[in-house]
Amino acid sequence: MRPIEILTQALELLAAIAVAPLFLGWINQCRAWLQNRRAPSLWLPYRGIRKLFHKNAVIARGASPLFRIAPYVVFGTMVLAAAIIPSMGTRLPLTGAADAIALVGLLATARVFISLAAMDIGTAFGTLGARREMMVGFLAEPALLMVIFVASLISATTALPAITENLATQTLGLYPSLAFTGVAFTMVLLAENARIPIDNPATHLELTMIHEALLLEYSARHLALMEWAAALKLFNYACIGFALFIPWGVSTHESGPAGLLASIPLLGIKLAVAGFALAVIESVSAKLRVFRAPEFLAVAFLLAVLGVLVHLLLGA
Amino acid sequence: MIGIPFDLQLLNLCAALLLLLAFAMLAQRRVVTLVNLLAMQGALLFVATLLLAWRTKEHHLYFSAALTLALKVIFLPWLLHRLIRRLKVYWDTEPLLNISGTMLVGLLVVVFAFGLAQPITALANTATRNSIGIAVAVILLSFITMITRRKAMSQVVGFLSMENGLFFGAMSATYGMPMIVEFGVALDVLVAVLVLGIFFFQIREQFDSLDLHNLESLRESRAGIAASPAAEDG
Repeated sequence: MRPIEILTQALELLAAIAVAPLFLGWINQCRAWLQNRRAPSLWLPYRGIRKLFHKNAVIARGASPLFRIAPYVVFGTMVLAAAIIPSMGTRLPLTGAADAIALVGLLATARVFISLAAMDIGTAFGTLGARREMMVGFLAEPALLMVIFVASLISATTALPAITENLATQTLGLYPSLAFTGVAFTMVLLAENARIPIDNPATHLELTMIHEALLLEYSARHLALMEWAAALKLFNYACIGFALFIPWGVSTHESGPAGLLASIPLLGIKLAVAGFALAVIESVSAKLRVFRAPEFLAVAFLLAVLGVLVHLLLGA
Repeated sequence: MIGIPFDLQLLNLCAALLLLLAFAMLAQRRVVTLVNLLAMQGALLFVATLLLAWRTKEHHLYFSAALTLALKVIFLPWLLHRLIRRLKVYWDTEPLLNISGTMLVGLLVVVFAFGLAQPITALANTATRNSIGIAVAVILLSFITMITRRKAMSQVVGFLSMENGLFFGAMSATYGMPMIVEFGVALDVLVAVLVLGIFFFQIREQFDSLDLHNLESLRESRAGIAASPAAEDG
């Protein structure tokens, strides 16, 4: 069964890198429809990335090598994360390298580098964005870990493909703990990807921005990589959500190449629905003040811990 | 999870949602929403009682389900909404602890409650014995709700939510109390809310607000001290 494992791995990696900007474009399009605006093209993120790759990079005076390396590191960690997450099949040769907890660490590595690079130049906005990013990150990370712990407790393993396979193959049951953590995970996803209750991805309004402030000094290919990495991060989070909460349809150990083929359109459908749901959430909610962000994430943490406790007590 | 019958899974879901609602009450500052949450808690209790009655074929549980529906879902929330409108208390003041802090304290309390319920769970032989811990947690969380609020209205809601928790605990530990006890408790709660409603008007008459902190200072005795200079020496 070696060739199919390698095929699954390669397919997943390529799909993640290629589809991530499309997913972002789809969310933007849904948002535009819901807000009665004319929708931008689905391919706009690709065009933006291509345009940026053709420009000459400008680097601020006094930038350390870290500033130049950071985009490659961030993009690399996101690609590696995409390789670990079982979005299409659970037979991934690379997953032996890292389990779900290491995956959270991988995402944290990207955050550290992006924040350090933002502080490297020494502009006020970069530092401000980096601080806010770290604040959101340190509150969201425990919640994400708790979410993963619930799924791990149910499946008695921390390896993400094993969790997905276990959840996908067992009989259907009501899991209040998974319902709680599902909500918590959605909140973490919104916060970590700079979506609307925490940050508005559509504006460059100085006082409220987090993600845009981090990228303010980047240009050309560095900026393109950073934006691509951001799209990949969103895609990765969506795929973690699928792996934990709607694992049906991924190709498991029993299913052959047909299962792998069938999982491709299924992933597309899941992404389309999730993108629409995200657009709805973003359209109906208002952006929170930055000082309210801890409260938002405290609720996410609370829900996740409640999930753990309820699972321990009720076994459900 | 595998092998648990579906109705028991639904009961577990009800228990988990009750716990969630207790936390929602802890976080909520709008009195109107607080009363709505209380009504939702009553509705969940009603569903849980019905499910348990259907499962155990205990007829008196149908009566207590009907009692729950009439009293806790319909009558008491209606009464409280009427009181809110007439007293015009829509917002509680800022709670003593900020919301995130209260939540974290609440989490610790839930862990404590689960530990506390462990021996009771080991003794009980009902199918729903695992929910006893959740019932204890709901009771303690309602305590926190009462402790951290200042407005009399929120405290009454916390009191009623505590009664809900007790009811749920009795249900999961022994399939409900004897009918006569349940009637007695229901009557007590009803009378308590009616009497407290009258108290609200009295408190507001005296202090122009429903903030219970006003009750803590003894105005008459201080006036007495001021009136008699001899008291200062003693």
